[in-house]
Amino acid sequence: MNGKLLTPLARVRGLGSAGSGTHHWRWQRLTALALIPLSLIFVFSVVFLVSSDNEREVAVWLASPFFALMTMLMLAALFYHARLGTQVIIEDYISRACLKAALLAANSFIMILFAAMSMLAVLKLHLGFQLFL
Amino acid sequence: MSESLSSGQGASRQRPLSPHLQIYRPQITSALSILHRITGFAMVVGTMALLAWLWGAAYSPPLFAAMYAFFVHPLGRLLMLGWTFAYYFHLANGVRHLFWDAGRGFALDNVNRSGYAAVVFAVAFTAATWLFAVYGVRI
Repeated sequence: MNGKLLTPLARVRGLGSAGSGTHHWRWQRLTALALIPLSLIFVFSVVFLVSSDNEREVAVWLASPFFALMTMLMLAALFYHARLGTQVIIEDYISRACLKAALLAANSFIMILFAAMSMLAVLKLHLGFQLFL
Repeated sequence: MSESLSSGQGASRQRPLSPHLQIYRPQITSALSILHRITGFAMVVGTMALLAWLWGAAYSPPLFAAMYAFFVHPLGRLLMLGWTFAYYFHLANGVRHLFWDAGRGFALDNVNRSGYAAVVFAVAFTAATWLFAVYGVRI
């Protein structure tokens, strides 16, 4: 399979019909594949923690470099996958161009914000425990 | 969608559409397709709850306590059950999609059987997870 599924003209133009549709399609599948093991590890870890009212147990779980790393990779793949998914929902159901553009921008900004917040929280819990803070 | 084809502006004259949802019988294929999207979006909402829980654990004991209270509340438990099912279904149906992306499993009887299998997987794993985690059932 050649790297880009493009006709000769499309290759010259440098764009697909939607500009970047193949890129979106490919990354939706790549993040999905990564999320299969990453989300399973995460869910089986968290399923016990959720019923605890002691936040120290969350810190103890994330003190492990393995679980901190798996969680951060999971969060990166999750928010990228979610951003691509909600992008398609917006594109499918919003026909008014200005509203669509605004929602697509908001979608990207919000997903990036949430990704950053979740990574920061995981880092804080991991480093805080590792450094005995 | 004729609304978007008629003109660039939003307020175009309403033109009649041929009926679709009113007359086309739902099938396992179409039902699971929209359920895949619905469970995906439901998990976007659930991810916000996850973020609040993580942020509370890291920075805000009152927020963490509020999330704990939410999780043990009957309404919270109902949402968590829904999110558990959404996760397992989206996972199973997602794998089904990945097989299609590889070009496999397109025969109609295969599509129907894999569809039912995805639902059975989701229900079974949701039940098992909840029995195991919430009610402490061990085999």
